[in-house]
Amino acid sequence: MPEFEPRIICFACNWCSYPGADLAGVSRIQYPPNARIIRTMCSARVSPVFVLRAFQRGADGVLVTGCHIGDCHYISGNEKAEENMRHTAELLDLLGIGKERLRLEWVSAGEGGRFAEVMTSFVEQIKKLGKLKLKEI
Amino acid sequence: MNEKRGLPSVGVFVCRCGVNIGGFLDTPALVEYAKTLPGVVFAKENLYTCSESGTAEIKKAIQENDIQRVVVAACTPLTHEPLFRAICQEAGVNPYLFEFVNIREHCSWAHMKEGEEATKKAKDLIRMGVARAIELEPLESIEAEVEPSALVIGGGISGLVAAASLAERGFRVALVEREGELGGMLRHLYKLYPSDVPAEEVLKPWRDKVIDNPLVDLYLESEVISVKGYIGNYDVVIKSPEKEIPLKAGVIILATGAQLWEPPEGLYGYNKKDVITQLELESLLMKGKLKADKVVMIQCVGAMSPERSYCSRICCVTAIKNAILIKELNTAASVHILYRQMQAYGDEYESYLRRAKELGVRFVNFSPEQSPVVENQQVKVYHQLLGRELTLPFDLLVLSTPLVTQRGSEALATLLKVPIDQDGFFLEAHIKLRPLDFSTDGIYLCGCAHYPADVGEAVSQALGAASRASIHLTRGYIKVEPIVSSLIDEKLCQGCGLCAGLCPYGAIEMVDTSEGKKARIISVACKGCGICAASCYCQAIRLSHYTREQLEAQIRALLSA
Ligand SMILES: Cc1cc2nc3c(=O)[nH]c(=O)nc-3n(C[C@H](O)[C@H](O)[C@H](O)COP(=O)(O)OP(=O)(O)OC[C@H]3O[C@@H](n4cnc5c(N)ncnc54)[C@H](O)[C@@H]3O)c2cc1C
Ligand code: FES
Repeated sequence: MPEFEPRIICFACNWCSYPGADLAGVSRIQYPPNARIIRTMCSARVSPVFVLRAFQRGADGVLVTGCHIGDCHYISGNEKAEENMRHTAELLDLLGIGKERLRLEWVSAGEGGRFAEVMTSFVEQIKKLGKLKLKEI
Repeated sequence: MNEKRGLPSVGVFVCRCGVNIGGFLDTPALVEYAKTLPGVVFAKENLYTCSESGTAEIKKAIQENDIQRVVVAACTPLTHEPLFRAICQEAGVNPYLFEFVNIREHCSWAHMKEGEEATKKAKDLIRMGVARAIELEPLESIEAEVEPSALVIGGGISGLVAAASLAERGFRVALVEREGELGGMLRHLYKLYPSDVPAEEVLKPWRDKVIDNPLVDLYLESEVISVKGYIGNYDVVIKSPEKEIPLKAGVIILATGAQLWEPPEGLYGYNKKDVITQLELESLLMKGKLKADKVVMIQCVGAMSPERSYCSRICCVTAIKNAILIKELNTAASVHILYRQMQAYGDEYESYLRRAKELGVRFVNFSPEQSPVVENQQVKVYHQLLGRELTLPFDLLVLSTPLVTQRGSEALATLLKVPIDQDGFFLEAHIKLRPLDFSTDGIYLCGCAHYPADVGEAVSQALGAASRASIHLTRGYIKVEPIVSSLIDEKLCQGCGLCAGLCPYGAIEMVDTSEGKKARIISVACKGCGICAASCYCQAIRLSHYTREQLEAQIRALLSA
């Protein structure tokens, strides 16, 4: 049986994490190709609804990335994203999806290496968790 | 229109980027794949899509195929989105109907050894991009008028220069100073390094310009107590001793300076008599009351420490200055400066340092692990170079303490919704690219409010801030990127006020309507972070260009295949 290849959605903010992912590429740092990036202006845009929708439609993991605390282009958007994602994680536990399938990470525009590391470790984590099987609620 | 499915017609352009993409991904397969996607009427590969011939092909294809949405799969939007948006506009397609798919930085370069998987990923990314493109809406940039007047907070040298400079350009300025007099720290200084001119001589011309210009309204013993609105249109309330004064301003310049850290009584024997700060020394010099034959100065007192890890920048040259002044008054006096690192950069300050040495000022380097000890009118310090302890008797000990954040900075930061750093200084938008701007448009900063600066630096920053601010005042209107939030339908809004509380820019107001409280979004003040749209329980707010439909289309397109 071929190895399980998880499907992952990664949200990346326009000002730090998206350019961080760009830098990983420019530096030719290699990481597993499982995730697909969706660009938002700020991590704050990531609504809990999007995360739930992604799992509902069959994603195995969701990674939300933004600027480090203090660096958000919108002053404090990432702090608010953190709060929203904390609630979302609790909800995922309640729904039996498990909060380990959602991760929030700060990656700056200069941290290409870190972007690749985060991506690699998240893919490994989701591989360990296995394919998401949604129970009917 | 794409007749078959009632979708807008999409054109997809896949860039080979020489071998950068073409060398790793199967680009012909990507083109064939794109053609099968819903809405796509045209797909083509280019060697370099951003080249003259590549962009010409896009324009030609738009016209020949009546393309309404343009998708380019190439490098990163952060460098090339403006170019392709402009090309779309030239070809008659609204620039916001353009979608960028990154298959280079995020794909071909990141998965160079996984050609097949990487090509699969690129197909997914293109499918997501096309799905999003179909949901895009044309947008027009937003314009608003700018009130041709400024509010300057702080009447030190920075605030005076900024106010005078804006008034000289013909704009009305409200200058608010909380003390009873203009001038700030300079009022308490004797002479200024590096030319040793009296501080008053530097201050006077700027103060006169401000006082003489009828366009400047002075508010002394006053503070700003309320700021509402946004660039071009601030409603300000100033509290003077007599009354509260409402006024309008188009831009705001913050020049509230800093204060000198006062050591706790007893630190190095601090007693304000024979153990004093540099500021207290300035006052002695100014009054001509200095009598001392044996002077010792200790640098970095309370600075570059765990509590205040930064270098205050002005203290070294201040110590050099006052040492020179003491030597000039009394050549027989001995002056020792005990320092950790000498901050006397640049030609002028270096020759200033040399002059002090020539006059016989002694410099002793100590390490923070072996700080000087004060007892019985003596300073004991381990001399790093001599490798032994020196004992220096004194009749005046001067402590060089750092400039620290101005009293009330935090409250002011909250009022203006601008950030401060870990040390309480106001934080610029970008240290190199936008050093005088706040990230909120329309508010600027200069002088010691930002960070310890000398007068020369404070004046250039003030001229710069005034110049930045006058861009908007001169133009008379502002244009804002149309990526902003709006209320989808007032009926959906339950008036909870969560969004107004979350907005980092105060761009949402709660207003009373006949249907109860409702959110009102001020689009020129909105920056488009999307926190309101993401947090609204009632889904009553949408963020244009990053709407729920657009983002969910990407999620759906990825996972439905
Ligand atoms: C001991 C000492 C010696 C120095 N020697 C030199 C020297 O020789 N050469 C040199 O170039 N530099 C020297 N400096 C540095 C110099 O003082 C600064 O560069 C200069 O004062 C900066 O001006 P500013 O306008 O930014 O701030 P400030 O001079 O601090 O002025 C700020 C003003 O804003 C007002 N204010 C603050 N908060 C509010 C508020 N909320 N509302 C209204 N008003 C407010 C204050 O009352 C003050 O008037 C020295 C500094 C010290 C402490
Ligand atoms: S802009 Fe990056 S998290 Fe807000």
